[in-house]
Amino acid sequence: MMAMKKILEQEPSEIEMLLPWHATGTLNARDAKRVEDALASDPDLARQYAAIQEEYAETIGLNESLGAPSARAMTKLFAAIDGEPARKASMSLNITSRFSGFFARLSPRTLAWSASFGALALLLQAGVIGAVLMKNQPASFETASLSTDGPITRSLGPEAPRALVRFAPDARVADINALLDNYQASIVDAHGGMFRLQFGTRAMSKEDIATLMNKLKGEKIVNLAVATP
Amino acid sequence: MQVLYGRHHVRVFRFGLRLVRDEQIAEDLISEVFLDVWRQAGKFEGRSAVSTWLLAITRFKALSALRRRKDVELDDEAANAIEDDSDDPEVTAQKKDTSQALRKCLSVLSPEHREIVDLVYYHEKSVEEVAEIVGIPENTVKTRLFYARKKLAELLKSAGVERGWP
Repeated sequence: MMAMKKILEQEPSEIEMLLPWHATGTLNARDAKRVEDALASDPDLARQYAAIQEEYAETIGLNESLGAPSARAMTKLFAAIDGEPARKASMSLNITSRFSGFFARLSPRTLAWSASFGALALLLQAGVIGAVLMKNQPASFETASLSTDGPITRSLGPEAPRALVRFAPDARVADINALLDNYQASIVDAHGGMFRLQFGTRAMSKEDIATLMNKLKGEKIVNLAVATP
Repeated sequence: MQVLYGRHHVRVFRFGLRLVRDEQIAEDLISEVFLDVWRQAGKFEGRSAVSTWLLAITRFKALSALRRRKDVELDDEAANAIEDDSDDPEVTAQKKDTSQALRKCLSVLSPEHREIVDLVYYHEKSVEEVAEIVGIPENTVKTRLFYARKKLAELLKSAGVERGWP
């Protein structure tokens, strides 16, 4: 009986098991509310949640410290892709033959009607795209093409400090803007609910970065801040 | 492919590296993963996020690489090493640094525990997405992470760090 009781005591509760996903903000609204309510009324759970937030921050820190792969991996990949033209060629040949077979089976009248409908559809599509572009056209734009000339990894020279930051769910845009201004920070990247911030334009010493992170963690609207390379 | 590679290769590399623990192998892994993606692009049904699909392929490739190397038992040695460290004066000084100790303990978790911790905390995957990547039921995902965290707490305790849980 005692052994059974001990086993039951060791079994984690459903809410307890959901805590890590609550920390990362990946729970649905219903579960998030359940966890929040439980956290508000259970100090043990809140203590465990604090430990989880530490684990969360350090896991990000550890992974970010792993760096990036060298350009060798990319060169190897694209060389391998270049070495596979036969499959692509045969596939396109197959598609071409299927298309020509399909059209060959159509009567001249059907083919003529299909061509007319196709031309009309193209004109309509061009009109719609044109209208959307005119409506949403920004002042300028740039293409998102990726050049193979430059290295895909970052340079290792001294750079302005960066950190991954998660803001509190109730943080307002105005508060975030004020924080960015106070810290002379800018958002350089975003993934899920995490933002990568860059602070100023100059490199800092390790001690200064640690002080900066501690200050940032103390901000009311910041849930998590981890320095990253 | 360049855009896809540019956007995901670092995370794929880090996930692979944490599993195989060898930079050379992890770099080979990303080439293999993206080559597979290029070959199987037609099979991607868009039901899950691209990153989830990529991580699932990476995991499969990493486990195959590990099987080829057959040195998974090294993980047990690494886990023991952290306990042996406790008398080392240098490590004793490090004990005060919870952050450093946590990172060290995160590195010596078993591959099973490491991958689930990384998928949830670093790759920010939901319960459903982790279940899809690892190929286990959602309830197992929850319990596995719980026991990974418990193991982490044990390792920290043996390294002299008490966090008030469990």
